[in-house]
Amino acid sequence: MVGVSERTAGESVPELATGVVTEPVTAPQAPDGDLGPDRELLTVNFGPHHPATHGVLRLLVTLEGEVVRDMKPFVGYVHTGIEKSCEDKSYWKVIPLVERADYLAYHFNALVFCMAVERLLDEPVPPRAQYLRVIHCELNRIHSHLVWLGTSAMDLGAISVFWYCFRERDKVLDAFEASTGQRMHTRYIQVGGVAEDIPAGWDRRVLELVDDLEERVGQYEAMLDRNEIFLRRTKGVGIVDEQRLLELGVTGPLLRAAGNPFDLRKAAPYCSYEDFDFKIPVGTVGDCYDRYRVRVAEMRESCRIVRQAIEGLPEGPRITENRKVALPPRHELATSMEALIHHFKLVTEGFRVPPGEAYVAIEGPRGELGCFVVADGSAKPARVHFRDPSFVNLQALRDMTVDGYVADMIVNLAMLDPILGGIDR
Amino acid sequence: MPDPAGLELVAHELREQVPDAVEDTDYHRDVATLIIRPAGILDALRWLRDEPSQRYHFLASLHAADYLPAAPRFGVHYELLNLERVERLHVKAVLDDPGAPALPEIDSCVDLFPTAEFQEREAYDMFGIRFRGHPDLRRILMPDDYEGYPQRRDFPIGGEPVLFTHNEATTPRWWE
Repeated sequence: MVGVSERTAGESVPELATGVVTEPVTAPQAPDGDLGPDRELLTVNFGPHHPATHGVLRLLVTLEGEVVRDMKPFVGYVHTGIEKSCEDKSYWKVIPLVERADYLAYHFNALVFCMAVERLLDEPVPPRAQYLRVIHCELNRIHSHLVWLGTSAMDLGAISVFWYCFRERDKVLDAFEASTGQRMHTRYIQVGGVAEDIPAGWDRRVLELVDDLEERVGQYEAMLDRNEIFLRRTKGVGIVDEQRLLELGVTGPLLRAAGNPFDLRKAAPYCSYEDFDFKIPVGTVGDCYDRYRVRVAEMRESCRIVRQAIEGLPEGPRITENRKVALPPRHELATSMEALIHHFKLVTEGFRVPPGEAYVAIEGPRGELGCFVVADGSAKPARVHFRDPSFVNLQALRDMTVDGYVADMIVNLAMLDPILGGIDR
Repeated sequence: MPDPAGLELVAHELREQVPDAVEDTDYHRDVATLIIRPAGILDALRWLRDEPSQRYHFLASLHAADYLPAAPRFGVHYELLNLERVERLHVKAVLDDPGAPALPEIDSCVDLFPTAEFQEREAYDMFGIRFRGHPDLRRILMPDDYEGYPQRRDFPIGGEPVLFTHNEATTPRWWE
């Protein structure tokens, strides 16, 4: 059940008259004492190769009947050593690598890494580049939430939602392809700005896209919000209170569903988010249904941000004019020796970053996405660390699932929205 | 973020409350850093969390770094966040390398911040920093039987054979 929390900074998701009442789903309690003949614990490996784990996640589940008594997550199956590989690449070559960590939030990964390097360089970003970053990140957020909505609904048996969500997701990827040349892992956000300006007519196309998306999101809601199976499987399931979530370091939609309106875009605006008018959806109960409602409402807010950013897109350069950091325009190479030298130095060695450490955090689709960069004065970072929200949020899964039914574990996992590429890096 | 004067105030109060905890302060590019001696890390974190004027309740991130060839070789970083004021404080503890096979050690802060459990395991896995009092200090991303700490700066990149079906019989130690 979603209502207005007293502390909300923004909009609360409107409640629908569905007839399904929210009551915490409780499984039978364990009797005290030793295991009797009628009580048997069964340990089951869930995953790593299981479609409902949303990746290569293994859960060691201790079951009593169909009630989960203990649960332990095992990760690392797709560990590729991205952080270590970053130490062997110059700064601008790190961007394509980090994009592949959380593969549904690639613009966010690139943005947070670039922001950390920009802080170490003390390099300002032109306003047009900031707006273009916001547009791409918010479209990326919609894309990530669409994948989440489709796969989660599929876990609950609603496979048609999956097809529809992936149709809309493809349209977002088409927009990325038009502006950046790639559908995923675009290497679009660069240190000091963005790699390319948007092509002519792209803004109109994206405005049509977000108009379309807003309508489509309403249709998906209509498919799920009055679906009794969906409601009964999500309402009252996996409730963890706000205080416990904060102790576990959970951020993002999971925390907001429990009633805490903490969102870095509002709390500590970066990348000119303070220019836009948008609301932070919050839930009140903190069950899986609230998590679903919060994310769906977030997609609408993202559409609003994209529309405002396109309508208010300032003129100006798309990347910093500092030739020590950003490549000179191509046409200058034919006429300017200096531009040629800068180009050569940047492409061969890359730029050097003065020694220092920076931790920068932004609001990713799954929560606080942080990047920690240590520079030692050379052209390669000495350490790159990603505080991936999926990695931290996964610790809350135990609190959500223990003493619930094993079927509810699937719902909890789906609504947690873990991306194993981000967890394992 | 506390400004430079605010950081000095925090450091001053912390010095009074927990003697010998604060080693140094650093203010660089709008980031306030408290450098804490490893022995006093738990007292310092507890004070920063519980003191009414500080209230850094949220541990946003815990990560380690290897500063080879610098003298205190390892750093453990705590990114604290005050949710009401949205202020970040960067707490850092530097650890000496006791030399192989001994591992550098620091107290675990899982009791103060339960979120640190996975992140301390990651720091142990990648840098071989042993967190005293951690409830379940095992490798998290690398295989359980892996030898070495891959994100140390003296650990080479590459050189390990990739295991496929066709070369597993000829790959050394594949059966272990």
